[in-house]
Amino acid sequence: MSDAFDITETLDVKGESCPMPVVKTKQAVDGVGVGDVLEVLATDSGSMSDIEGWASGTDGVELLEQAEEGDVYRHYVRRTE
Amino acid sequence: MSTDTPAESAAGDAPSRAELAARVEELEESLAAATEDDGTKKMSIIATKGTLDMAYPPLILASTAAAFGYEVTVFHTFWGLDILHEEHSKNLKLSAVGNPNMPLPNVVGAIPGMDRVTTKMMERRIEDNDTATIEELIETSLDMGVEFQACQMTIDLMDYDEENFYDGVETGVGAATALEDMAEADIQLLV
Repeated sequence: MSDAFDITETLDVKGESCPMPVVKTKQAVDGVGVGDVLEVLATDSGSMSDIEGWASGTDGVELLEQAEEGDVYRHYVRRTE
Repeated sequence: MSTDTPAESAAGDAPSRAELAARVEELEESLAAATEDDGTKKMSIIATKGTLDMAYPPLILASTAAAFGYEVTVFHTFWGLDILHEEHSKNLKLSAVGNPNMPLPNVVGAIPGMDRVTTKMMERRIEDNDTATIEELIETSLDMGVEFQACQMTIDLMDYDEENFYDGVETGVGAATALEDMAEADIQLLV
């Protein structure tokens, strides 16, 4: 895990599958403040590509980092506006 | 005003440079207003099928597009209405016939009760894989602002009632409403 940014909130969507990791990430991002970083923990292997695609196609969010640790995929998303 | 002085009268009705500039500005503003695009992307889906397998794609795409910030409309017609039907949506069936990929011959699938068997098998897989249920996807989509519309003509045809649908579903709409949404949408899909 990077320490280049502070995590504001963590969303646990382990066990959930498409489209829930992306949909719940969006809902959680809407709930944090501008500049805040949301950590998303998922076990859906499609979430690596999906959250990356969602972040690049969605205004107001920035994907900072993605990491795979064992069977958990970690995503760090900053709300930018 | 321009006829206040004889000199201006002599020039006839020819507008001054300042008046022309003002008029150009006015026209530019109205053109900008007419072609204004607020930048919001739109998706329009027409959902016509009500089997368990065919109920998923429109709901998954609708909720995902909403997560992308799209304005989403899903127009449900014919069997697609069952997806919005509060009771029926919890009991959508998977057909045992018509799909050659099914692990049983069509002639076996045609035996009474086989649809129930294939549906149960799929429901178990959905549960085992933690795939969202149809109900969950509808509730989530509604939370995210997806507009679900139920075609009035087919509501009447199927003898359904407004009360049968989830809260928040729009009724009293027809093909023209769907067409208008499609014309304005960046993505249009028929499922």
